[in-house]
Amino acid sequence: MNIVVASGKGGTGKTMVSVNLAWTIAQSQKITLIDCDAEEPNVHLFYPGDENVGPVTMDVPEVDSEKCTLCGACGEFCRYGAISVLTDTVMFQPHLCHSCGGCMLACPVDAITEVPRRIGMITKSEPSPTLTVISGILDEGEIAAPAVIKAAKEEGEWEGVSVLDGPPGSACPVIETMEGADVCILVTESTPSGLADLKRAARLAEALGVHTGVVINRSDGEDAPTLEFCAEEGIPVLLTIPFDREIAAIQNRGGILCSEKEEWKEAFMQLYEDALSIAGGTA
Amino acid sequence: MKVCITSKGDSPESAAENRFGRTPFFVIFDDETGEVVEAINNASANDASGVGPKVVQMLVSKGVNVVVTGQVGGNANKGLEIAGIPTYAFGDAKTVADAYAAYKAGTLNRIV
Repeated sequence: MNIVVASGKGGTGKTMVSVNLAWTIAQSQKITLIDCDAEEPNVHLFYPGDENVGPVTMDVPEVDSEKCTLCGACGEFCRYGAISVLTDTVMFQPHLCHSCGGCMLACPVDAITEVPRRIGMITKSEPSPTLTVISGILDEGEIAAPAVIKAAKEEGEWEGVSVLDGPPGSACPVIETMEGADVCILVTESTPSGLADLKRAARLAEALGVHTGVVINRSDGEDAPTLEFCAEEGIPVLLTIPFDREIAAIQNRGGILCSEKEEWKEAFMQLYEDALSIAGGTA
Repeated sequence: MKVCITSKGDSPESAAENRFGRTPFFVIFDDETGEVVEAINNASANDASGVGPKVVQMLVSKGVNVVVTGQVGGNANKGLEIAGIPTYAFGDAKTVADAYAAYKAGTLNRIV
């Protein structure tokens, strides 16, 4: 059972919802929380002490200059311009490489082999006997977030329940996170950009065939446009969290709302049950 | 020596093109005769990414020695540098012929 938390817009409270949902579920069963926001992973702020369990690598070409005849076949094949044959040398620009292996196949003299290149890492911690936290962390300056997200998901793969804290946006990293999800919780806020980006994320989830529910965070009570959109699209609003100084203060010192406020623990338990029923009732 | 100028069209009268990798055409002069030897339709102009290095590889295969263009992106810059192709900005030149004349006059700034 994979519960993905996404939003479209950044900063709506995906991590807040993920962390509280995971903490609440962990009070009664084992659960894995996976931080899939590989470019800006923040779950570890709530659960410090995570340990590096290994690098994430991509295979990239290495050219044997003894064998290479500078024929140019690799460069002509590469549609990403990652490998180019220039006068008397082969230029490789790793950040353009999509790791497809095509240059290796195109080389007529087998001068190219693949070698791993680090793009990020996976960290892991077990803050309680029932909670495992895994983070996918993309190295600064790298672009292949989906590869790191995939590795984090594989590290956390098990038959039980996982909560996946997703990245913002509606492109490749979110798609990789939503792939195989049983249900997606879309966290929004009652601002025009919150709603505009919610629409994009909702369309993405629909395209991927993932059922959704909405959480309105930092609500100032003026949620009519969001409620209207959800009603039109048939997306249930599962929870509304008010714009509240006390909640913000708990969050800002790295606290977990549900561990401090019984009523929020109950609300997040209800959120979990609602998410399960959207997913089809299988846990 | 072959001097390659980025161009919106396929002749010396065409407007010079500011972009390097995504230019529609490359007009190539032989600087000994001053004649255009080839106008290349840029097959990579609309590719999604990595256009710069692909274009540099193509120009290397055509034996280009000098590039005159508007500006050059990071990936292309690295390619031109490694390929050892001196690259100049054509500045105010309007047409390909103007850009070529300015290059020959030695008034252009070298950018790679």
